[in-house]
Amino acid sequence: MKVMKGLANQSRYARSNFGGIVNLLWLLLFASAMALPMVFTVSNAFKPLEELFVFPPNLIVKNPTLNNFAGISSVLRESWVPVGRNIINSVTITAFGVLGQVIFASLAAYVLAKEVFPGSKLLNKVIVLSLMFNGTVTSIPTYIIMANLKIVNSHLALILPACASSLGLFLMKQFMEQMVHTTILEAARVDGASELRIFFQIVMPMCKPAWLTLIILSFQSLWGNTGGLYIYDDELKTLPYALQNIMSGGTIARSGVSSAVALLLIIPPLVTFILSQSNILETMGSSGIKE
Amino acid sequence: MQAQKNKVSVLKQMKKKKHCYLFLAPFFILFLLFTVVPVLMAMGLSFTSFNVFEAPKFVGLKNYVQLFFYDDLFIKSFSNTLTIAIFVGPLGYLLSLVVAWSINELAPALRTVLVVLFYAPSISGNAYMIWTLMFNGDAYGLLNAWGKKFGLINEPIQWLTDTKYMMICVIVVSLWMSLGTGFLSFVAALQGIDRSLYESAAIDGVHNRWQELWFVTLPSMKPQLLFGAVLAITGAFSVGEVCTNLCGNPSTDYAVHTLLNHMQDYGNTRYEMGYACAISTFLFVLMMGANQLVNKLLRRVGS
Repeated sequence: MKVMKGLANQSRYARSNFGGIVNLLWLLLFASAMALPMVFTVSNAFKPLEELFVFPPNLIVKNPTLNNFAGISSVLRESWVPVGRNIINSVTITAFGVLGQVIFASLAAYVLAKEVFPGSKLLNKVIVLSLMFNGTVTSIPTYIIMANLKIVNSHLALILPACASSLGLFLMKQFMEQMVHTTILEAARVDGASELRIFFQIVMPMCKPAWLTLIILSFQSLWGNTGGLYIYDDELKTLPYALQNIMSGGTIARSGVSSAVALLLIIPPLVTFILSQSNILETMGSSGIKE
Repeated sequence: MQAQKNKVSVLKQMKKKKHCYLFLAPFFILFLLFTVVPVLMAMGLSFTSFNVFEAPKFVGLKNYVQLFFYDDLFIKSFSNTLTIAIFVGPLGYLLSLVVAWSINELAPALRTVLVVLFYAPSISGNAYMIWTLMFNGDAYGLLNAWGKKFGLINEPIQWLTDTKYMMICVIVVSLWMSLGTGFLSFVAALQGIDRSLYESAAIDGVHNRWQELWFVTLPSMKPQLLFGAVLAITGAFSVGEVCTNLCGNPSTDYAVHTLLNHMQDYGNTRYEMGYACAISTFLFVLMMGANQLVNKLLRRVGS
């Protein structure tokens, strides 16, 4: 019954055995419901064509094959650019967007968290306010701005806004407020270190959990970006766009291939999340909005 | 005299803190361009008629009058948006909180596995499209197949095109994805609560788990509760892509047409930017209003 035992930092009143069992039961049920579509997708991705037509469909694949993954490129070659192109596009925007977000947001977060200067209060408020709405709400004027900057239909249209995600800045700032102590910064200044040097050699190494979190979050949103309104050339489209296209075909014969694409889409962010989840939780510990 | 002096000292301070502005510049230039200016533009353009090719023409409140009094589809998409938001927002939020609380005292390894499992659906963009495999209208859709096998239905149900079921499908899928960043924040907050708080609460007369939850646990994670609420509200009102990707655009009888869809219809298909901006401004005000309201409510937790 080790699973049900309270840990050192928790409640004084442990769950009764009965309560513990009820709790585990509901979690088990809920977890299975949540996992069902995933399990079915993984299964479908490995089903040979004949098995996709078995009725009723098998939840778990019987004769797994890799044909669907090989089939991805052939399905797409018929009418669109090869999926390899989509993958390269997704990798490109993800790499540049993540890099920009981490560096830009950390630089800004550092001064917002640790310095008082004319305008700092206002900027802090603006950041919290901007969490309260979503970029899609203003996608129309954003489109007009991008058209004027001549970056519509280029990867920059996805990369640049991602660099300035306020969620990332907010999380980084909250983390720095708690974890970076002003005395250390002052000591470094007395020793004559430049601000840039303090930032890269003292602040950033202390904030590893936070920038790992920023990497993961911006990775997730960029890797899942369809390009939507901003990109219309097939050659510039991303992997999620390819998925959307195959899925909207909707035939059973294609469901194996579309499941395979969905897996390609889910696995990279999932694996990176699993690898860094303890860092992310550490960052989230300081995520709250103070009154 | 005093004002001038203040001005000089502000400038002096700004000069002294020059590096601050340099550090802020890359982020805030982009933030201004892609977040602040679009909001202001949406508000401004909502009073104009604008088709991108000609200069915007001021029309006063015409767009809003049209929107509120003559556009039936707007009313429909507004009520759809509210329906989705009312289910997905509070339910998703509660679900995140209850699940985070339920897994809090499990052994670390098991807890980690469950966190990954619950968080996974919100992880990757439009991977929710795998739900089309569940909701597929023919007999091979998992739901129809199982329904038939267990004798619950005779004929396959057109989940994504029958107006009776479309809304439920959209809500289920949105809820499935609702254990996101807010959920992680709750998990982290619960893990970080100091045991000494519980000890002193016990002395002060807290006698069971439920009292502990209300008087100690929730109040001490208030900042995270606020953060989660902001994300939940923002997410719940911006459901739109899920609808078009699952049910098509336009969906049957516009049964799951949302404000976001309506806005994009006018902006990206018809190039009536002024009108689209009026919808966008309305949605913006709606989100902000809901956020302020919930913030006020949440401040009362534990009192």
